Amino acid sequence: MDGEGTGGWRSVVRGIGEVLITGGLVLLLFVVYELYVTDYLTGRRQDELTQELREQWQQPPGETRQLRQVEIGDAFGVLRIPRLGEDYARVILEGTSEAELSQGPGHYEGTAMPGEAGNVALAGHRVGKGSPFLELDAMRPGDPIVVETADSWFVYRVLGDPATGDLAADPSGIPGRQIVRPADVDVIAPTPNQAASGPTGSYLTLTTCHPRFSARERLIIHARLEGGALPKADLPDGPPALFEG
Amino acid sequence: MYGWIWRHLPGGTGLKTLQALVLVAAVCALLLFVVFPWVEPHLPFNDVTVD
Repeated sequence: MDGEGTGGWRSVVRGIGEVLITGGLVLLLFVVYELYVTDYLTGRRQDELTQELREQWQQPPGETRQLRQVEIGDAFGVLRIPRLGEDYARVILEGTSEAELSQGPGHYEGTAMPGEAGNVALAGHRVGKGSPFLELDAMRPGDPIVVETADSWFVYRVLGDPATGDLAADPSGIPGRQIVRPADVDVIAPTPNQAASGPTGSYLTLTTCHPRFSARERLIIHARLEGGALPKADLPDGPPALFEG
Repeated sequence: MYGWIWRHLPGGTGLKTLQALVLVAAVCALLLFVVFPWVEPHLPFNDVTVD
């Protein structure tokens, strides 16, 4: 069918064209994978983890109840953020490598555990992998961030001035929200942004990438513990902070 | 490339179409479940931690 001379070129050009089109389709499929398939896989994994954790918490008190003994990869709590949805609940795991973050928000090793003095630091994906922290930029001062552990609830509130809605106007000087460079590890210091001063209270910090679809910067949310541990025995359905909205 | 594959599939047009669809599905599955999960951790836009 191909003529002499030009025929060879024609099939070469056609081959290149087909390779380019195929490459484009593969890239499109990758976008679909990142945005939808990983969400689906993580959602299924979260369901499994939730069930495992509930079963583990049903067990009589033993060493499983010691938060300090959690190891990398262990699920140990549930994060609830009413601002991100009435039924927003994500199982959090110990560790912040991709193995943990692909399953749910991860707890930075060595940072405080829920309720302790210091800073409970959690990282989570913004886009894909269940997108746990996609809308973290919607957080307002005073918004509750609730952590559930084996036998307690801990209510943290986003820093800032709830009266004016100004995230930067917290008496402690620590902003409720900031955008920093990826190397800025002081945001997860025991007292956020004051690495030298050691723990001065009980804080919680969430980190994710910023802007969306990019990893150029990090979006950071800081919150402070309100009161202390609320026993689940007294509040089986959750603390009042979960039902403010 | 696609023409070459089409010519080498056995059977009539109907059978060829069926085989082509199976091939496309197999390639998609390979990409979604093997290639992409392997490639992804090496890409920079998944960093959400400070370090």
